[in-house]
Amino acid sequence: MSDTFTGTVAVMAGAEALPRANGEFVFDAPWQGQAVALAVTVVDRLGLDWDEFRRRLIAAIADDPDRAYYDSWAAALEALVVDCGLADDAALRAAAPTERAAP
Amino acid sequence: MSADAHHHPAPLAPVEARVAAIEAVLTEQGLVDRAALDEVVRHFEDDLSPRNGAKVIARAWTDPAYKARLLDDATAAIAELGYGGPEGGHMVVVENTPTVHNLVVCTLCSCYPWPVLGLPPAWYKAPAYRARAVREPRVLLAELGTRIADDVEIRVWDSSAEVRYLVLPERPAGTEGRTEDELAALVTRDAMIGVERR
Repeated sequence: MSDTFTGTVAVMAGAEALPRANGEFVFDAPWQGQAVALAVTVVDRLGLDWDEFRRRLIAAIADDPDRAYYDSWAAALEALVVDCGLADDAALRAAAPTERAAP
Repeated sequence: MSADAHHHPAPLAPVEARVAAIEAVLTEQGLVDRAALDEVVRHFEDDLSPRNGAKVIARAWTDPAYKARLLDDATAAIAELGYGGPEGGHMVVVENTPTVHNLVVCTLCSCYPWPVLGLPPAWYKAPAYRARAVREPRVLLAELGTRIADDVEIRVWDSSAEVRYLVLPERPAGTEGRTEDELAALVTRDAMIGVERR
């Protein structure tokens, strides 16, 4: 994964821009960072253009503008994964944990 | 935490469980693994943010010998803390004093020391910033909310591919006894570019 690619992710502007404080990316909980890493890794491993994720993120935010940013991010991630045939709703239901894994 | 709470951890939020499910399915397929995901998170938090630069400044505030090395050969002093690389070569640190304020710009393009400051803010690349930082820095800074007293000289440093500048702000008053980590948390990206002074 190149710095140029992650740079493209990091410089997104507009409503879809990653939240920052003092220029730093802020993840309020570990799952938020994991969601970012999953999206970046899937796009990279499948050789997609980052815009494939970005437009789904924009759509997810537009779908529910009052939802928290990373909730929209997770919805966009799920849409990408399902659209690319990597998972479906049944597989995700079956794989959902009921407890937080040990850190 | 009581023994009871220990045995009944807080339930997962639906979104958290769904992200964990996505990770589990993709891990099963061999597309992702936890170590690589953690590395991506670390990259976003550390390499693409000004956190490293803040650590350099905090070290200089607490260690006079380090500060001397930083002002003498910034590239080497920054490398001591493990930061560097092509985008961070040929660093020069310029020190703010009660009578001098330093401001960094790149008039040609948007040269910027990524390894210490992360990604440049959008305004850093804006033609208006690049032109006015040189022509009327005092007016520009005032518009950005940073009023520089008339008796303080403003020095403008033009970064290039050859030399990248980093401002060493003055240590805030009343921070005696703070740890290096506490001090680093006070260092803002904008202060290290010089559009903020406090």
